[in-house]
This record gives sequence, C-alpha cells and structure tokens, in this order.
Amino acid sequence: MTLDWNAFTPWPALAGGLLIGLAAAMFVLLNGRIAGISGILGGLLKPVRGDAGWRVAFVAGLIGAPWAYAAFSALPRVQVDAGYGVLVAAGLLVGIGTRYGAGCTSGHGVCGLSRLSARSLVATMIFMGAGFAVVFLVRHLFKF
Amino acid sequence: MLMLSSLLAGLVFGLGLIVSGMANPAKVLGFLDLAGSWDPSLAFVMAGAIAVGFFAFLLAKKRRLSLLGAEMKLPAAGRIDRRLMAGSLLFGVGWGLAGFCPGPGLVALGMGEPKAAVFVLAMLAGMATFELIERRRP
Repeated sequence: MTLDWNAFTPWPALAGGLLIGLAAAMFVLLNGRIAGISGILGGLLKPVRGDAGWRVAFVAGLIGAPWAYAAFSALPRVQVDAGYGVLVAAGLLVGIGTRYGAGCTSGHGVCGLSRLSARSLVATMIFMGAGFAVVFLVRHLFKF
Repeated sequence: MLMLSSLLAGLVFGLGLIVSGMANPAKVLGFLDLAGSWDPSLAFVMAGAIAVGFFAFLLAKKRRLSLLGAEMKLPAAGRIDRRLMAGSLLFGVGWGLAGFCPGPGLVALGMGEPKAAVFVLAMLAGMATFELIERRRP
C-alpha cells in the first residue's frame, strides 16, 4: 500500500464530514429520524399517506445542494469512470442491497456508528469489505 | 416546519458530500483501492461525521420527542441476520463497481452529471424490485 499524497485531502474531508454530521444531528434532533438516504428514498416507493413530503424535501435538499454550493464557489468536477452498463449493474445492486441491508453509508456508516449500533457496525464492515474486494478484483486482478 | 428542517438537513448533507469530495466517485474509489495508491480521505469524512453524530444521538436517545415535537424514531436494536449481511454485501459490490452510493448519486445528479442519472434510475429500479419481492411475501 502506498499513500496517494496528491489525492489525499484531509482538511476538506474532515470539514465535509463535520457538515454531514451536522446534517445527521439536525435531522435526528429536529425531525426525530435517522438521516439514512437509502431508507428515505426507498420509502417513497411504498407510498404511505402523509409520509412522502418530508422524504421528498430531504431528497430535494440533496439534489439542490450543488446549486447552493455553486452560488458561492465553483463546483468541483466529478469523474465517473464506469461505463453505462456498469452503472446500471451498480445501481441495481446498490438499490436492492441497501433495502435488504436496511441502510447505506449514511444510515449504517454515519448514523449507525454514531449510535454505536452493533448491527450497523457489521453492515459497514461488510459493505466496505465488499467495496475493497471489488476494487481489488477490478483494478488489480482482472485489470479492467 | 418538519418539511423545512428536512429540506435543510438534506441540503447540509449534500454540501458536506461536495466539500468532502465524496460526491466524486473517482475519489471514493481511491479510498476503496487499498492495493493501489490509497487516498484515505473517506476515513476522515467518516471520523468528522461521527464526531458530531455521536453527541447528537446521545442527546436524541434521552428524548421522547424531537425539538420540533416529532416522535423520535430511532431503530430498535435489531438482529444481525442473513438479510442484513446479504444486503450489505450486494450494496458493497455495487458501491465498489462504480464508486456511487445513494447520497453521492443524488448530489451528482443535481450537478447535471448524466452518468449519475443512469445510476440513480437503476438504483430506484433496484429499490422497486425489493418492494415487489417483499409485497409477494406472505
């Protein structure tokens, strides 16, 4: 393992992390809910009366964040190396997996670990381990 | 009020993803690539978020109602079962394939990235598949 010092951005990472923690804190203290994005989004697919508004509002905030950011500063570029076929497969896996696993990086990773939930720790170790393994296979074993 | 606070929380969450660089799949994959030249940034994002979240949930656990009077809906300590583990495994495989998880997918969609739109549509299809399978269960 070698550290990629050019890519490593500890301060923006920490600052962004604090903002994410602040969002999770606001959401639990004001709305009484876990800021778990897969759960918030997935809940829209089984509409329960009176339960959709806050979900739509949260998702609108996420999608609107780049616009708010762009009002103050130039947006950083994102780089998506995956082709369309891979993106479809990845999306399907993320969609089904997060619903069966009842959480993603936000619900289990940020909120679950903050709550010291053993269930979320196990989930986080599994999805991170799987992520490490897949990138190893793709980049180093099969060299796609 | 609950709608407004929900919108604000989503907005701040999205800003955090942009500031931290995590809306960029290439950066996430740089973290997942332990054997290549490794970018530990994602670990710092998690550390920052948990440092704040830990105290917020400590407070939240003591309350029955939120500050806006909503019912506290914290998950009960559930079982660590095959469902949780298999689901997390599938999620991790998808995450490692493209470098997108749900939040960054939505934020990159807001940036107008066409590939994020494809990812989000496929993710919604995956979630809908889950609903269909679950609805058939007795």
